[in-house]
Amino acid sequence: MADIILADISHSYVAQPDPSEYVLRRVDVHFGDGEAHALLGPSGCGKTTMLNLISGLIHPTSGQIRYGAKDVTRLPTRRRNIAQVFQFPVLYDTMTVFDNLAFPLRNRGRPDSEVKKRVGEIADLLELDSELTRRAANLTPDLKQIISLGRGLVRDDVAAILLDEPLTVIDPQRKWQIRRTLRQVHEQFRHTSIYVTHDQTEALTFADRVWVMNEGKIVQEGSPDELFRRPEHTFVGYFIGTPGMNILPCQLVDGAAMVAGQSIPLSDEVWQQARRDQGSFEIGIRPEFVELVAGGDSTDHGQPGELSVTITAVEDHGRFSIASAELGEHQIKAKLTDRVPPAPGQNARIRFAGGELHLYRDQRIVCADEPSGDHRPAATPAGGN
Amino acid sequence: MSKRKNNRAWFLVLPTLIIVAFSAIIPLMTVVNYSVQDILGPNTRVFVGFEWFREVLRDAELHGAFLRQVLFSLAILLIQIPFGVGVGLLMPRRGWSASLCLVIIALPLLIPWNVVGTIWQIFCRTDIGLGGAFLDGMGVDYNYAIDPVDAWLTVLVMDVWHWTPLVALLCYAGLRAIPDAYYQAAQIDGASPWAVFRHIQLPKLKNVLIIAVLLRFMDSFMVYTEPFVLTGGGPGNSTTFLSQFLARMAVGQFDLGPAAAFSLIYFLFVLLFCYIFYTVVMRPDDAPGS
Amino acid sequence: MSLELNGVSKTVGGQPHLYPIDLHLEVGVLHILVGRTRAGKTSLLRILAGLDSPSTGTITMNGQDLVHIPLRKRSVAMVYQEFVNYPSLTVYENIASPLRRQKAKRSDKGSAASPDIDARVRELAETLHIAHLLDRLPNQISGGQQQRVAIARALAKGADLLLLDEPLVNLDYKLREQMRDELADILTGTTTTVIYATSEPGEALAFGANTIVLDKGRVLQNASALEVYHRPASIAAASVFGDPPMNVFAVEVKDGVARLTGAEFSLRQASDHLAELDDGTYRLGIRASDCTLETTEANHLQLPGTVELCEISGSETYVHMGCSQNHFIVQEDGVFPHQLGQTLTLSIDPSRLLVFAADREGTLIKSYHR
Repeated sequence: MADIILADISHSYVAQPDPSEYVLRRVDVHFGDGEAHALLGPSGCGKTTMLNLISGLIHPTSGQIRYGAKDVTRLPTRRRNIAQVFQFPVLYDTMTVFDNLAFPLRNRGRPDSEVKKRVGEIADLLELDSELTRRAANLTPDLKQIISLGRGLVRDDVAAILLDEPLTVIDPQRKWQIRRTLRQVHEQFRHTSIYVTHDQTEALTFADRVWVMNEGKIVQEGSPDELFRRPEHTFVGYFIGTPGMNILPCQLVDGAAMVAGQSIPLSDEVWQQARRDQGSFEIGIRPEFVELVAGGDSTDHGQPGELSVTITAVEDHGRFSIASAELGEHQIKAKLTDRVPPAPGQNARIRFAGGELHLYRDQRIVCADEPSGDHRPAATPAGGN
Repeated sequence: MSKRKNNRAWFLVLPTLIIVAFSAIIPLMTVVNYSVQDILGPNTRVFVGFEWFREVLRDAELHGAFLRQVLFSLAILLIQIPFGVGVGLLMPRRGWSASLCLVIIALPLLIPWNVVGTIWQIFCRTDIGLGGAFLDGMGVDYNYAIDPVDAWLTVLVMDVWHWTPLVALLCYAGLRAIPDAYYQAAQIDGASPWAVFRHIQLPKLKNVLIIAVLLRFMDSFMVYTEPFVLTGGGPGNSTTFLSQFLARMAVGQFDLGPAAAFSLIYFLFVLLFCYIFYTVVMRPDDAPGS
Repeated sequence: MSLELNGVSKTVGGQPHLYPIDLHLEVGVLHILVGRTRAGKTSLLRILAGLDSPSTGTITMNGQDLVHIPLRKRSVAMVYQEFVNYPSLTVYENIASPLRRQKAKRSDKGSAASPDIDARVRELAETLHIAHLLDRLPNQISGGQQQRVAIARALAKGADLLLLDEPLVNLDYKLREQMRDELADILTGTTTTVIYATSEPGEALAFGANTIVLDKGRVLQNASALEVYHRPASIAAASVFGDPPMNVFAVEVKDGVARLTGAEFSLRQASDHLAELDDGTYRLGIRASDCTLETTEANHLQLPGTVELCEISGSETYVHMGCSQNHFIVQEDGVFPHQLGQTLTLSIDPSRLLVFAADREGTLIKSYHR
């Protein structure tokens, strides 16, 4: 077990690359020892390249990869002591489940007694005891993925476990059980684990630390909560959460952000930070934190910080509804838990929950108000009628 | 309603049925007809029952040809299958060298069969052929026109040259279809190259190899053109295989009855072998796709 | 004016894929077909499209029998899970192809007015945001764009019946979200009869359309999306139409008190709609969003349990709880990475309980007031 460090890594699949031909651009990552990490990003963001660099299937164009203090940049896969679970189950079809689990140990010349003991332990943990004598070829996909994981776990010398979208072929109804097994295994063994996926639920459920990638770069590293509450990049705001963050271009005027001619006051701290530099500014607010002001359909201007909008569409999801509204030429979405949602076409006033509005300059966060201690969005718990 | 639709579907199969009838079923029935009759003249035919079958099966010369044939086919399979797999494994997987390799390996398959015979006939001559002269120069006493063993070996080597590429290409295609993840997993598990071959490549090649064995068996068991051109079946009967024996019987001596009986035995033998091979290899629990 | 299915079933090789289905669907509007994988959605769509014929039953649209019309003469368009386009035609030609065919057909019959193909193609491309890609080939554009082309082509046909078989399932979820919003506008705006198959109840709610719940080859419910959400016809319907599936637990009711393993509560105090329940065994259903953790609402049903997993979707956390023999999922707003194995108190809001029969059918007996 070790830290895994990617220092100033750039990679291109072309021999003499143009700047535009890099799939990874000067990436610095430190995967802490024994932690559960996820690499999250849309297809083509470079996350698979990163995984292959860590496992040693490809070698970086420039930069260094270290496992702890050891430089492994040029080492081949077989000398890196990693385990990997692939997108599609990879088993040795002609072998039994037992032989599959024993394979990595036998290849390393371990004595039979040790092999038997180790495989027994892992089979116990993964609840595979009754399957050990079956042939691997005829098992269900979820069982196959568990066995793939077990093949990594039998070795006591693995530096890291890599998981490459391991739930792709699993039935939606069975997914949570595999997620649970993966999480339990991590908590028990504390291997350095790296989970690569394009699905936010996969990443946030498995990992303590999530690295969000876009266009060959890490745009933010943080805990699931940090990614939700304080996206440091507009891409993170857009990519995490359903629906994603509302991001609206704005001008800065006298301590406030102007959107479509209406002003939203900024905290003094943010304003001082923002006025120092030029750039294109945007505000970001999650739909969960957009509130409808009661009685907002009247024509008066209301309190400062309240914005007049026109509701264009409402999706009633039963427990909550998602209202789309027009703010000037911009669209803004609000996730509302009111029992009676507004009607489309109605004029309304909205405001943003305290501390949840963020200002971005050239897509990077300027500085946000301190998040309040309460983690819950301003939603009333589903109470009695 | 649905029945009527099903009936209509038969019309779609009809053209194929007609072609198969003319190309296979009708000729086959003609042969069956000949095999139980003695043809004395254009319009005089006598029903002789299984007489021809009995006669053919007692023929000592045929026994010899059959033995030679079985040995030949067996040798072909034992050499060409492992050799073909080996070549398939060694071929580069991508890049320009892969395309070049494919073209070179496919070359023997593109040459007309009688030309293959001619090439080797010249190549192996000790006076003007490169291969023959080389062996001669090495001090090997080699002459396929005189020595039965030399002739038999020459036919064997020629067939290996001609048909191993087919096995190699089939294996190559089969190997290309194995997802990269399997190789990656094997590297991670620390598998040796032999373990990779034994536990990944060979199992995934199984279906391809079944096809290769069947094709090579059927083809080699019916080999005709190349030995006919190279040695004409000689010296003596040393390279006379079953199909040549049959051709001599039917066309050379015009013994249509025995030749027909023999054809049927020949046909049934190949069919039986393929059937047994297929059922033994394809056990129900590992049918393709599982 | 309606689309009628009478006793439509499909059996393939002795395996029933669809049991006899009777459906009465309004034409000219959007219907959502919700079911899990292998529920029979694709089988039903293929029968409606005419790609398969039903084993039994009849289908009529506006009084006209559909089953006996050959596929080529049907006015049907279909969009598949996979991105199906003509690989050798440009995006423009792909969208134009059904229009050209129609025009050719019409001029055969000597009809005078030919539709303005170019204008129609550009209009559709504009709607689906692919106007800038018209000269490209399908393999030169992304998966999401390919599916847009396929949808544009299906719309171009102007068919009476438009079928979409999980068109967004193969897209990245962010793209899925965006296209769902766009499709909602496009599909609710047409006057075509649209049947949209999906495994996600969230899509049915987002479209807010009539919903057909299909499970294991049977139609479980046919009602508005919200009706299915608040009054699912059976446990099976509730579980299909729930993401995560509804929590269900058995209770024994005697003299107005409900007992379950590890707890009991008075029905009268709990909620009005439960007050009149007769003695007997029932199964109660509660959605994950009507459960909370560590809250102290006075009349809530409290159960101790251990955390088995926290699934975090970005803005919500689904906490899987083991409570004696029952498995509960609790939905919390926000991100809450609880420790696995931790003991927490689960609260159930009794005013949101649904009462189902304890038999195999699990029919809905009582629902709450909306």
